[in-house]
Amino acid sequence: MKAVKYKVLRNDPVADGVYDLVLSGDTSAFTAPGQFLNITVDGLYLRRPFSVCSYGGDAVRVLYKVVGEGTKKMTALRPGDAVDALTGLGNGFDAGRAGESPVLIGGGIGTPPVYSLARELVKRGVRPAVYLGFNSSADVVLAAEFVEMGVVPVVATADGSLGEKGFVTDVIDPAAGSYYYACGPVPMLKAVVSLMRIPGEVSLEERMGCGFGVCEGCAVRTTRGILRVCADGPVFKAEEVIW
Amino acid sequence: MVNTGVMLCGVRLDNPIIAASGCFGYGEEFSRLYDLDVLGSFSFKGTTVAPRDGNPAPRIADAPDGMINSVGLQNPGSQAVRDELLPKMAGYFHKPVMANICGSSVGDYAALAEIFGVQEQVGWLEVNISCPNVKCGGMSFGADPAAAAAVTKACREKTDKPIIMKLTPNAGSVTDVAKACEAAGADALSLINTVQAMRIDLRRRAPVLANVKGGLSGPAVLPIALRCVWDVYESVKIPLVGMGGVSTPADVIEMMLAGATAVEVGAANLVDPFACPKIIDGLPAKMEELGINSLSDIVGAAHG
Repeated sequence: MKAVKYKVLRNDPVADGVYDLVLSGDTSAFTAPGQFLNITVDGLYLRRPFSVCSYGGDAVRVLYKVVGEGTKKMTALRPGDAVDALTGLGNGFDAGRAGESPVLIGGGIGTPPVYSLARELVKRGVRPAVYLGFNSSADVVLAAEFVEMGVVPVVATADGSLGEKGFVTDVIDPAAGSYYYACGPVPMLKAVVSLMRIPGEVSLEERMGCGFGVCEGCAVRTTRGILRVCADGPVFKAEEVIW
Repeated sequence: MVNTGVMLCGVRLDNPIIAASGCFGYGEEFSRLYDLDVLGSFSFKGTTVAPRDGNPAPRIADAPDGMINSVGLQNPGSQAVRDELLPKMAGYFHKPVMANICGSSVGDYAALAEIFGVQEQVGWLEVNISCPNVKCGGMSFGADPAAAAAVTKACREKTDKPIIMKLTPNAGSVTDVAKACEAAGADALSLINTVQAMRIDLRRRAPVLANVKGGLSGPAVLPIALRCVWDVYESVKIPLVGMGGVSTPADVIEMMLAGATAVEVGAANLVDPFACPKIIDGLPAKMEELGINSLSDIVGAAHG
């Protein structure tokens, strides 16, 4: 973990209620896709945690959806504004387990960390199969950037406005692939875990106090006992989470 | 050169800053960020006889100038703390540590006082009779003078180490509980634990916390804590450890002027992991600015 003072490079809307925030500054604490940072928002006491969409060089990128007071205030950030963040938090995905034909599954605003993992896998010469689920075409993020990377995602929307109509679980072959990685809302993750016939890991979210393992605020029940989403996760082996 | 040292129950603290229980774990995470020996001390996570899983999530809610938690005393239990965590702690903290203990019966407290009362690393026992997030025990002892006295007495019989009873602001009369603890043999009192509070999610029309209610901490409670320390200082003769929203050197001095001999820093550690060293670094300049040569001179000075 490293405390970093960032400068906002951009903070633009890219989908319905979703903003693309790029921060300039030290990214050296990030060591794996799926890690997160914890941002101080002016006027709010607790920091707000976000999985990272990409990191490297001197820029870190976060896609966030406006869901409450913190994210609403964040939309007011302008280029040049200072942002205080704790960085390199959490374990991240274990890209080493991918095997030859990994399957990546993203749901809604759970897509950015999956995108970060795809970049890492492509860099390692592995081409993942990517499945993305959204409520509607207006919610779709990063689909074009996956294509630019040479990975064409299969997209499902609940209302059928883009790609296949239905949930992401409707378009996946549960037995195909070497290993899977998933991030998205809890109902999606539960459905994915019960569907898949190959081993995998999932990235969870929970309301956090500190984000670095001290307050025991973000508890998750697992087969290893009560663990911390922030410090023991956010990525857990699929079979160890007790839903 | 100003003097930040204070004595707490016969144990010297290089400075009055003690990281508060529940906001510092067992120190390990912070030991990777800075040298914990800069602290006066720290009070480890409230420990019960047996391991506890705590409450269901969500356990955390934001609040104006503060936060609400309903962790519910999740901890690995006294045996793991004694046999695994204390030896580990010896590697990264070389001063007396404060052992925060919590029970759901008088017998639990006595057992914990017996276990931690003989540990060389433990400088003080901080007896938590004020946790608002557990169904039995915790605050139910701290809200009732007779029950608080019974816990104090049970611990007193088991150890000669200094006993600090940690009080709740949610009691009918915090001074009555304070006096009962003093009469039953407490060496000091620490206050305040969190203030019972809640938030409601507007969209779900339901409480944010799975446990419905939790405890408010952070700067929002500082004035409440000052009032409690002020009142208790006028009611007892034993020293006080003040806490509640302390985040700056000025807050530390304000708490000491109200009557605190030492000061615990809690929620501030969670939003800024370097809060304690920053406060400690800033204390001498603040003292000089206010014409304070020795911090121990100002304890209770606001009472005239």
